[in-house]
Amino acid sequence: MYIVKRFITMLVTIWVIASLTFLIMKLIPGDPFASDADVLPEEVVENMRAKYNLDEPIPVQYVLYLKNLAMLDLGPSIQSETRTVNDLLAAGFPASATLGIQAIIVALIFGLLLGIIAALNHNKFLDYASMVFAIVGISVPSFILAPLLINFFAVKWGILPVASWGSFQHSVLPTLALAVTPLAVVARFMRSSMLEVMNQNYIKTADAKGLSSFKIVVSHGIRNAILPVVSFIGPLFVALITGTFVIEKIFAIPGIGKYFVDSIFNRDYPVIMGTTVFFSTILVVTLFLIDISYRFIDPRIKLTSKGD
Amino acid sequence: MSRLLDVNNLKVNFKTYGGEVKAVRDVSFHVDKGEVVAIVGESGSGKSVTVQTIMGLIPMPPGIIKGGSIKFQGKEILGVSKRELRKVKGSKIGMIFQDPMTSLNPTMIVGKQIAEGVIAHQKLSKKEAKIKAIEMLKLVGIPNAEERYNQYPHEFSGGMRQRAMIAIALACNPELLIADEPTTALDVTIQAQVLELMKDIQKKTDTAIILITHDLGVVAETAQRVIVMYGGMMVESGTVYELFENPRHPYTWGLLNSIPDVEGPEKKKLIPIEGSPPDLFSPPKGCPFAPRCKFAMDICVEEMPGNFEIGEGHLAKCWLNDSRAPKVEQVFAREEEKAIAAGSEK
Repeated sequence: MYIVKRFITMLVTIWVIASLTFLIMKLIPGDPFASDADVLPEEVVENMRAKYNLDEPIPVQYVLYLKNLAMLDLGPSIQSETRTVNDLLAAGFPASATLGIQAIIVALIFGLLLGIIAALNHNKFLDYASMVFAIVGISVPSFILAPLLINFFAVKWGILPVASWGSFQHSVLPTLALAVTPLAVVARFMRSSMLEVMNQNYIKTADAKGLSSFKIVVSHGIRNAILPVVSFIGPLFVALITGTFVIEKIFAIPGIGKYFVDSIFNRDYPVIMGTTVFFSTILVVTLFLIDISYRFIDPRIKLTSKGD
Repeated sequence: MSRLLDVNNLKVNFKTYGGEVKAVRDVSFHVDKGEVVAIVGESGSGKSVTVQTIMGLIPMPPGIIKGGSIKFQGKEILGVSKRELRKVKGSKIGMIFQDPMTSLNPTMIVGKQIAEGVIAHQKLSKKEAKIKAIEMLKLVGIPNAEERYNQYPHEFSGGMRQRAMIAIALACNPELLIADEPTTALDVTIQAQVLELMKDIQKKTDTAIILITHDLGVVAETAQRVIVMYGGMMVESGTVYELFENPRHPYTWGLLNSIPDVEGPEKKKLIPIEGSPPDLFSPPKGCPFAPRCKFAMDICVEEMPGNFEIGEGHLAKCWLNDSRAPKVEQVFAREEEKAIAAGSEK
């Protein structure tokens, strides 16, 4: 029952996002052929507008758009004439997703580890060292980190390829560049959460049972500390797997990150709509999965359709 | 009776931003096999710190052990390695905490929380540990133990959680059970049940108990010996009978006087101990209770009283017991009369 209700809510959410994007897009002055209108004869521009249904009144465009969307057809791209938005996403998503998943795995493993180590060494050297690293990680933008990594690992030491996409080796540097900021964020969250948990009474109980410190941390500490971290992994995950403009640009990765930015400049309406809906769908689905995972992490959370 | 636990001259401080708090100042006591010893005293008197030091549960820093020794079955356990201490805690000394609501891990089934201690100390398989855990749940009076094994703490009521805590503490058949205000957070009716359970188990297993409590009624009913703590020190200790019949420290008098009389014919005003406990950042050089003591003499402020031996095993840290001081009995009798007179006027 809960799942059915959540599913309907998800559809409504996506519809609202799609409609808002449509509205905002139409509010921006100009259209895809604004720059062509100066050079091309008026008839040609009219024909092109007609091809993409841009000559219809806006409500009709909206209905047409929703109809296509319901059939999972995101329409043709205006910029690259021969390909549909579906094609663009299908071609670019695997690279973006691979990169994103690798980055989130790195960020989670090392972020959680760093956070736990920092918390267990509260106010000692390892704690300060981890947090200095975390602050650097959050502060240094990826477009600075990426060239630095390329300079050392690829140019000076020649261990890894400079850019482009193909083998696993190609993905190492962009993964690192992409992972550092989320890693630092995860570490900071995990540290504060772990600090709180390690002061709880049940940790004292576990200690009084004579369990080893390792056992206390692993079976009593981490599971309780991880919940607040899980709640922001969702948006982070989606942001990473749907590609990042900067990293993909620097490493020349054929992902979908560039479409988010390019499509706006080009007024490529179908691509704007397509990427937005694609992103929000993945986000909504991920959040749903995260909500379900809470149930398994914390038995006190019950999945019910009511608020309580 | 053989000596189980021997605490000598224990001193524990805590480092804070405001300076060092002297939480426990020179505490010495012992527990014999199968004996119930109660520690009473107001909040901040150092009761919990004392017992948590025995279990090595004081976080260091900010805690600092300033001195003393704790011997369990003749072996020093203060300042030994964590690994060494783990052989004792959980297996030979079990501990119950004040708040059963927060003392159990909310994300682990109760049965597993009992079983993991058994697995850690006795070379039992998971299956055997589960059987033992269910047995423990039955022992502490939890119905449907098999079902309850798989439940989480939030599915237990407060009283049942404290029963589960007792099951955890007793799972390895310890020689000594430390109960740090086990009933403070419970309803009065549940308090009685939990105490009854502890007494029952004590009789069955002959486990020694250190019982920390505010409730002198509980002390009278369960303990054989009492230690009264104040301002991080032991001010009086002795058998329950001695202490209730012949208390020799004004603080003990105050505690006894402050027990509300519910059986008397008239309503009486509660008799509090006026004033507040000493500042343990810079404790007074004399008796810590002197500022609140109606009988304080000049020497009380100037010099720390020693332990005066009143009878066998009955010690009182009060100058009134010095041969040069006015007779305690007289002062006490006068004071009691005044109190009764004041009470009946109301």
